[in-house]
Amino acid sequence: MSQGVLAKNPSVLTFLAVLGLFTLGVTLMSEWAGTEIVSTSLVKTLGKTLCLALVAVAMDLVWGYTGILSLGHFAFFGLGGYMIGMWLMYERTHGIVVSSLAEAPIPPTEAEVVAAIGNQIFGVVGSSEFPPIWAFADSLALQLVLVVLVPGILAFVFGWLAFRSRVTGVYLSILTQAMTLALALYLFQNDSGLRGNNGLSGLQNLPGLDHVPQSSISIWFFWASAGALALGYVLSAWIVSGKFGSVIRGIRDNEARVRFLGYPVETYKLFVFTVTAMVAGIAGALYYPQAGIINPAEIAPIASIYLAVWVAIGGRGRLYGAVIGAFFVSLVSSWFTGGQAPDVNLGLYTIKWVDWWLVLLGLSFVAVTLLAPKGIGGLVDLWTGRLAPDRHGADLGPDAGSLREAEAEQ
Amino acid sequence: MKPLVPSLLLLLASTLATLAETGPMQAVLQEHRELIVKSSRKTIGPAIDAVASSGLPEAQSVLQAWQVKNMWMRKSDGLFFLGEKIDAKTYRLIDFDSGDSAGEFPKRALKNIKPNSGIRAMIGTALVQFQLLDPEPERRMAALDAIERSPDASLLAPLRNSMEGESDAGIRARKMRIERLLTIAHGTGVDERVEAIEEMSTDLGVDVRAALNPLTRTEVKAFTGEIPDGLNVARSLVPGSDGLPREEAYALLVATGLAPAMVGREEIREALIANLEQDSVGGAQAGELGTDQARMRAYSVLAEAGMVPPLVTGAEIDAALDAHVFAEIYAEASPAITAAAEAALARIANRVGFSQGVDLALDALSLASIYFLAAIGLAITFGVMGVINMAHGEFIMMGAYTGYVVQQFVPNHTASILIAVPMAFVFTFGAGVAMERLVIRWLYNRPLETLLATFGISIALQQLAKNIFGTQARPLTSPGWLDGAWVINDVISISHIRIAIFVLALAFLGIFLFIMHRTRLGLETRAVTQNRRMAAAMGINPDRVNMLTFGLGSGIAGIAGVAIGLYAKVTSDLGADYIVQSFMTVVVGGVGNIWGTLLGATGIGFLQKGIEWFNPSNTLAAQTYMIIFIIVVFIQLRPQGLIALKGRAAGD
Repeated sequence: MSQGVLAKNPSVLTFLAVLGLFTLGVTLMSEWAGTEIVSTSLVKTLGKTLCLALVAVAMDLVWGYTGILSLGHFAFFGLGGYMIGMWLMYERTHGIVVSSLAEAPIPPTEAEVVAAIGNQIFGVVGSSEFPPIWAFADSLALQLVLVVLVPGILAFVFGWLAFRSRVTGVYLSILTQAMTLALALYLFQNDSGLRGNNGLSGLQNLPGLDHVPQSSISIWFFWASAGALALGYVLSAWIVSGKFGSVIRGIRDNEARVRFLGYPVETYKLFVFTVTAMVAGIAGALYYPQAGIINPAEIAPIASIYLAVWVAIGGRGRLYGAVIGAFFVSLVSSWFTGGQAPDVNLGLYTIKWVDWWLVLLGLSFVAVTLLAPKGIGGLVDLWTGRLAPDRHGADLGPDAGSLREAEAEQ
Repeated sequence: MKPLVPSLLLLLASTLATLAETGPMQAVLQEHRELIVKSSRKTIGPAIDAVASSGLPEAQSVLQAWQVKNMWMRKSDGLFFLGEKIDAKTYRLIDFDSGDSAGEFPKRALKNIKPNSGIRAMIGTALVQFQLLDPEPERRMAALDAIERSPDASLLAPLRNSMEGESDAGIRARKMRIERLLTIAHGTGVDERVEAIEEMSTDLGVDVRAALNPLTRTEVKAFTGEIPDGLNVARSLVPGSDGLPREEAYALLVATGLAPAMVGREEIREALIANLEQDSVGGAQAGELGTDQARMRAYSVLAEAGMVPPLVTGAEIDAALDAHVFAEIYAEASPAITAAAEAALARIANRVGFSQGVDLALDALSLASIYFLAAIGLAITFGVMGVINMAHGEFIMMGAYTGYVVQQFVPNHTASILIAVPMAFVFTFGAGVAMERLVIRWLYNRPLETLLATFGISIALQQLAKNIFGTQARPLTSPGWLDGAWVINDVISISHIRIAIFVLALAFLGIFLFIMHRTRLGLETRAVTQNRRMAAAMGINPDRVNMLTFGLGSGIAGIAGVAIGLYAKVTSDLGADYIVQSFMTVVVGGVGNIWGTLLGATGIGFLQKGIEWFNPSNTLAAQTYMIIFIIVVFIQLRPQGLIALKGRAAGD
């Protein structure tokens, strides 16, 4: 990256340093390094959280910087997971089928192998034929391209249709949510070709690497996730810095004004929407092999809203805010729902956090929106002393937060 | 054998003796004594027929006693009696003819006639003709039920006999209908059956189609040379046409033994494995057989050696198909009957299609009312005020749970619903006002954050409901008078509850219009919506108006929740299931216009049912395509909704 980007965003270097230290620390403490302070399952959780942080950065780019509240980015995330999952499942089943057919008196033909794989994979939905969308499932390279391409094309087509018709604001949010719902409902069908609500499973086993223990695989994926997050972060920082970044912030604050200044607003929005969808797809492709299973419930509209929750709690309009939000909420969430949080005994009633965590999350979300619109990232401002200018009248919020005349003169 | 003959003679003598002194029914029974005692399903027929057709008044009671295992035979003389249990070892015998007691006997001196279930069913069929004339209407209906269950040719005559004297108009109509159906299946003459078929061709009942379908059943058959005369040919088929693909035609020839079986991939593989000798077969090593070509070569070698059936070549298949003619042959022999049945089925299919269309439209209408109900509260909070309330679905859920809780205290369903509706309104009105005061009024000019904050409330409320009521569905039982359905004919029917929801939706539309256009609150709401500052300058308190309007929208959602809870299960996800559809309803119709919401709900309801009609088994697909369709139509054609506000009211 050019010097200009880093100079304009000193936080990027800080972030990369923190991420590097974190990765190094987890690596040294992992089972892979022999110290076993951090268990393999925790490494997986942290690796997954890094992927969530990456998709949160993408969400921040599209919402915090461009002002498009997309409620569909988790669908792109899931699509990326499905694309890589198809290859993982195909190759692994291929290995199993070939070794089981090798015991037959005569070797199997190519068609027999494919038929047996189809039977293995689709037997659960009462079929054995390979649907056309699995055409490239035997090629890792092609599926990796699809990881980027499928979410990208979907986002491009949807965005092209929507932005061209100047659908904005909450209408766009509701439409993206409807798109997500449609996708989830489609995948729930058994004849969608992606195993209906069974989803794709056994993704944690890499084909051909059966002899490698999970502790090594988990740390590889952890590194890959950290690398992807670093790259995605730098890419996002590069996009939001410079002229392009100014234009998309301008679109966020006053779309009509930017349009009248002669900028092709739709193209800018379409670019950001599509690029972030691709980043989300990559994040998903790294997430689901660590999770081991993907099913349509992951894509349900609620997941995309949670994504917005992370970004809002972390602090939107700043990239590290999204990362903080994703880490904070998802780790605290798994701490509470995992039964590790101590119950609170109120005498008459004992608060079990497994039951009450969502209530707490919902209410704290309301509190953050009302009282601290800057989110956790706002604490950084307190520290650096970069306070918002003192304005008269009601707070217009970040969406309407362009500098006023008096402030500009200062 | 020798000692048997005198005993038989003795028996005959005693039989003749008893015949003289016993009644006519006993004589009939004695005539078939061996069959009755043997009690075998295969041979019992004549005995039952003899009793049933004896014309004696006692026939029915004898058959009934026989059927329920109450018929006993006295071992000493072989006479049959009705047995009446006195205690475990003693029975009183009653003569069938006279009805007088023949004395008490120990059980070991008697033999119980125990018909098995097959025989009991045969006796039941024989009994039907008596039941058809029974003075009790219920018994006659039961007899008709029995005929419908097992329509038998033998029942046609008794059924016809019973029709004339039938006094009950309803039963008479049913008898005539069943008589027509029986005639279609078992009538004696062709004309009679054709007439019955034509008469029933306007009836939509499933039983009519069930009676007609067997008549039009066909079977594809292959013939060498010409089709023989005397067969009722539906149509002749050419192999390779749509009606008969070549593979099926050849498979038919194979099945009827007219051609050798084709050797498929699987058979080749198995034959090769079976003939594997020292890892080699047909001149090839086992390891080389990983391709179809290699297997084919090895198989041909085996076939030439005569070890396996030869491969059937394409030319052989062509020759076999050319040498035969194929035709669909009716199982029913009479062309007149099959033609009449085909015509009747076509007519029925037309009428059924029309009725199904009507039924579908009714379904769509009721779905539209449900969407409208779910969306009407949103039409106020979102449509009029412009507040994105993601917790709207949870207000619906709260209304439904209010109904459930009220039913726990008020057992009468009608009363509990009447109490629950205002309770739900009050409850959700309060919740809405609280939410507006605490959260929404701080966010009036930040719509995206309103969306997120209300979403936070939504997940908190959902989880709260789960904590209080558990995750399983709670029943909200509708009053008895809402059970059942309004049946128009065999195809068109609509349940009362859906009618009630439709009526409720219309009522809500009226209430909404009244409040918005005829009350001060409506006037003030419209004023505040159009220009908040100007309204404030006119002396309207915008805070109060916003609070009340939001409360009203939430309250209506609560009432909708009671209605929706009546036909769907009450769970904490109840509202979430409707939220996307509700927003789409409002958005598609056009924000800020109740007619738009109505149009949106109707459009979505009809669209979803219409898509379901193409693929009825897959509602998920229907919803998917509906949403995609709406997205595309909405963003491409009418981004402002079907009914867009014009001018200054549209705002921006």
